[in-house]
Amino acid sequence: MSRLRELLESGEFVVTGEVAPPRGTDLADMHASVDLLAPHCHALNVTDNQGASLHLSSLAASRAILERGIEPIFQQTCRDRNRLALQSDLLAAWSLGLENVLVVTGDDPRAGDHPHAKGVFDLDSTQLASIALGMNEGRDMMGRDLKGGTDFYIGAAMFPEAEPWDVQLARIEQKVAAGVRFFQTQAIFDMDKLQRAVDAVRPLGVKVIAGVLVIRSPRVVDFVNRNLAGLMVPDHVADRIRSAPDPAEEAVRLAAEQVRDIREIADGVHVMPLGLDTEVGRILDGSG
Amino acid sequence: MIITRPRDWDRIKANLSDIAAKRVFVMGCGQCATVAHTGGEKEVLETAERLRAEGYEVTGWAVGEVTCHLNGTKLESRKHRSEIDDADAVLVLACGAGVQTTADAIAKPVFPGLESLFLGTVIRNGIFEERCQTCGDCVLDKTAGICPVTTCPKGLLNGPCGGMWNGMCEVLTDRECTHVRIQRRLAEQGRTRNSTLEPKDFSTALKPGGVNIRQQGGGR
Repeated sequence: MSRLRELLESGEFVVTGEVAPPRGTDLADMHASVDLLAPHCHALNVTDNQGASLHLSSLAASRAILERGIEPIFQQTCRDRNRLALQSDLLAAWSLGLENVLVVTGDDPRAGDHPHAKGVFDLDSTQLASIALGMNEGRDMMGRDLKGGTDFYIGAAMFPEAEPWDVQLARIEQKVAAGVRFFQTQAIFDMDKLQRAVDAVRPLGVKVIAGVLVIRSPRVVDFVNRNLAGLMVPDHVADRIRSAPDPAEEAVRLAAEQVRDIREIADGVHVMPLGLDTEVGRILDGSG
Repeated sequence: MIITRPRDWDRIKANLSDIAAKRVFVMGCGQCATVAHTGGEKEVLETAERLRAEGYEVTGWAVGEVTCHLNGTKLESRKHRSEIDDADAVLVLACGAGVQTTADAIAKPVFPGLESLFLGTVIRNGIFEERCQTCGDCVLDKTAGICPVTTCPKGLLNGPCGGMWNGMCEVLTDRECTHVRIQRRLAEQGRTRNSTLEPKDFSTALKPGGVNIRQQGGGR
């Protein structure tokens, strides 16, 4: 059974991190990042052509990370593949020993480095979750028996700060009905809104891992606001980073504060260090 | 209606010069391209004038009543038979269906004068919005008459993507998220979204489509 599932279901506060597969075939940088994060994380998300930009496939990179001794969370986006390819990759993932899958819709191709690509979006993330659930029960989306099924721990993304909340909540409930057992949130700045989300899903018996973004410089503030879909660094955070004598140190302190808050609210934290991988230990032990 | 925009003039000239055409007949369309202000009588006359200014001879022009209607276009072309016979090429200011119908109706090289963009709604005179993908598997019954397949840039059926921010679309940031609009209209009508929509049946959208209601059971 997936260790992530075991830990979350036993009530342990879980820490996940995130690595991006390389833009090429050289895994050295990814492994360096894995080695920095691994001592602090229970599992690592492996992004799938993140930001609609070309990277080595999440499938291959997830397997490489597994071989390095840490549990991957294989991400699958609906943007690049139709239902045949998605299902085939799910089967591949299971056969390669990947037990966690995080299904996401994916950024629009226009946001990435191949802006002329055809966005596929044959399925949405809810539908993909439901297909993974079916595979866990031994059948494909057409209801046909598989020769050997899967037993994925199925996750999805949630955006606790998004308004209108009722639209967001309906989407979350849909995903749970489709088989999602854990959520990872986008970077969260407003802990009241995180609490609202956790309170809403608690009765559904699913787990919430809250995202923390380490914003190490004013440039990163601008990058996030400009390039990361549906994410805005609130003014009080942006001002703190901009006016700090040592913005990187301030970012670590801020992230550590967020982690402390999240420990009181959610089931885990998902750290996105944005280049400050070396500081993850300090962020997590709250000493930032 | 089919929304069109004028094709790049240099491409039109390149098409004509490919076959060394000097004499051109211009065909417009009395339906969509007239409403879109791209292929009505006014635009046909402007195009003819522009061709003349560029040194082409315009042998004649017509605006088909419904250019994508094969028999109608044949009839229209018969009215202008000698002008068309005199031409080296026919430039059609209509959607792609109109261009192909004209090419079926007239035994001359036929070139598009417009680009066909989408199936849209006329919001106001000159303002058009894409509203339908002609997918053959309509979900408007479930979505309060707002098509997510078309108006959500990702075509998501079941709700907003993770990029929705303050009710606005991730991709077209000046537009409200389709799913926020759907949910609001459903609520205004006292309806709720009762189920997750299944993956779409895209076999209904496979090309080419064809309908023959003269045959028993017609349809795709």
